[in-house]
Amino acid sequence: MTTQPILEVRNLRAYIGTPRGTVRAVDDVSLDLDSGQALGIVGESGSGKSVMARAIMGLMPPRSGRSGSVTFQGRDLLALTKKEKREIWGKQIAMVFQDPGRSLNPVVRVERQLTEGMRKHLGVSRSEAHTRALKLLEEVGVPDPERRLRNYPHEMSGGMRQRVMIAIALACEPDLLIADEPTTALDVTIQRQILDLLRRVQRDRGMSMMLISHDLAVVAGRTDRVSVMYAGRLAEVGSTREVFEQPMHRYTHALLGATPTIDHVRHAPLRVIGGSLPDPTSPPEGCRFAPRCNHASDQCHTTPPPLESVGVDHHVACLSPVTVPVGAVSGGESHGR
Amino acid sequence: MAGSGATHLRGDEALLSVQDLVVEYPTDNGTVQAVSKISFDILPGETLGIVGESGCGKSTTGRAVLRLDRITSGRIRFGDEWIEEASEKRMRSLRRDMQMIFQDPVASLNPRRSVADIVVEGLTVAKTPAKERATTSVSVLEQVGLPGERFAGMLPRQLSGGQAQRVAIARALALNPRLLICDEPVSALDVSVQAQILNLIEELKAEFDLTVVFIAHDLGVVRTVSDKVMVMYLGKVCEFGDSIEMYDDPAHPYTRALLDSVPLTDPEKGFAGPPLAGDVPSPLAPPTGCRFRTRCPMAQDRCAEEEPEMREVRPGQYAACHFPLPSVTGRDLPEPAAVGAGADA
Repeated sequence: MTTQPILEVRNLRAYIGTPRGTVRAVDDVSLDLDSGQALGIVGESGSGKSVMARAIMGLMPPRSGRSGSVTFQGRDLLALTKKEKREIWGKQIAMVFQDPGRSLNPVVRVERQLTEGMRKHLGVSRSEAHTRALKLLEEVGVPDPERRLRNYPHEMSGGMRQRVMIAIALACEPDLLIADEPTTALDVTIQRQILDLLRRVQRDRGMSMMLISHDLAVVAGRTDRVSVMYAGRLAEVGSTREVFEQPMHRYTHALLGATPTIDHVRHAPLRVIGGSLPDPTSPPEGCRFAPRCNHASDQCHTTPPPLESVGVDHHVACLSPVTVPVGAVSGGESHGR
Repeated sequence: MAGSGATHLRGDEALLSVQDLVVEYPTDNGTVQAVSKISFDILPGETLGIVGESGCGKSTTGRAVLRLDRITSGRIRFGDEWIEEASEKRMRSLRRDMQMIFQDPVASLNPRRSVADIVVEGLTVAKTPAKERATTSVSVLEQVGLPGERFAGMLPRQLSGGQAQRVAIARALALNPRLLICDEPVSALDVSVQAQILNLIEELKAEFDLTVVFIAHDLGVVRTVSDKVMVMYLGKVCEFGDSIEMYDDPAHPYTRALLDSVPLTDPEKGFAGPPLAGDVPSPLAPPTGCRFRTRCPMAQDRCAEEEPEMREVRPGQYAACHFPLPSVTGRDLPEPAAVGAGADA
């Protein structure tokens, strides 16, 4: 792992105007992504993980605002003009979305969708683009690539489409790949194939990757670092191993406990996180998780906890972090081994 | 026929017994057999988990039990009535005993009705007096953890996903059913809410003496709630047995592969075993012989020629496979003498 971060996010805020008030989707988030590293972003719906990715890319809905800074390879992404953004999109930062069916153009053959970016950004000839497209499809494990190039998206299965999406994202050899819930719409065995594929290309190409998921387990085995988000804020950031072996934030801990795993004791009640996400237009003043936390003190309700270092590469924003190692907690614990 | 055969049925004590069920849907490109001669049963008070990937026929199976879709052939016994023979009128009253909850909680509620009305919809159809309906409405909402005074007047769009699913459960319970069919009840929900709903289903199951069919694609979720598990693939049953025994010691290669594909919350391992290659074949033209053979790491010539029958591979654990995985705990029963006779059906 190199020391120079490829992406530095500092005090990023992304607010979206809605009829019901301003949604503070991302509220003061700072994180780093080193080059050649995979960073996982985990959170439930409404945690702001997708909006954060979009804010980084500059894909914000109308009536929204961003502040803070996002430095990518030394350039501030938030200050780019439309033209400059186009230079970066696809070429330096590529994105893979959740629904491969809806992110591909239904009336354009795979070949054109795959080669469009490289013809524009890399200026390659049509025949070279064709050769590259074949190689890309092979790399992402699409059988019979020659035939697939002539297919329309509807002629392929969901897993195949997601492979094509990944091939498109890789077409211009980006330095950073943002995968936003890339496997949520897929079946388990296909999800497995896609996750293996993402990790493989990320490592082979020495690319950086941001893997966004609501599922802790999806992120666990495939990333070097992970950050857990809750209601627009970072709860916990650190090396994947530390965060999963010793989750310190009460939310991370509770989330791991609430996940049914394949070795859960039958009929044993799951540990529940009571209540629901706070109203995004008026989040709680102190720690955003405090209203649902069993260990919240008065201070938790009034003061937002700072993100503090608790290990070599482990930061937690919690005033009463978990101190017992997970393995020692209780039955019905979901530790996946 | 692969994955058919009824050796694993447990006879008359079962509350629900499905035998050789076939459900076909006509499409522009021919007939799809969504469910192809499957058999299973559930004892009273049991929870049966049905798992499999999309297109395996698990939801179709659930719908067929309520006869929401036309049954092409096969028999379904509920209590002492044959579902496939019942008249439409009889079906309507039988369905009161068999309630279903669906995946998308908000879409399964009438958007123009209040929560209080929705939960007693079934009673309205049954012409229960208004006074009784009002009391039931309050009590079932209470039972699913939605205090009536706050929620009774709300419309579905004002509810969160978890609350809407609670309303759907309350609606099912209002009719005091014996069988509850849950079709992916938590897949649209967040992890923290999912745990609440799963716990609620477990509590209510005990309180109302329910028998539950729990259809899901998430193996972790199914293991948590089920006594028995049935694994399906492309319209066929692969394996049937006790949930713990099957998870710890799967006999069918597909069950093994499914378990190996579940991501673990373990930063070191990632997955428990090797990945499964390929994609699910088109249900319009399923492979000959065993339908799983195109992706099966242990497939041999025989798998293409002959469809495996369900047979007892280990005590209480049934698999439809010519070459089941050896038990890791040495519980294997001896191989049947006549190879391929399938005479044990």
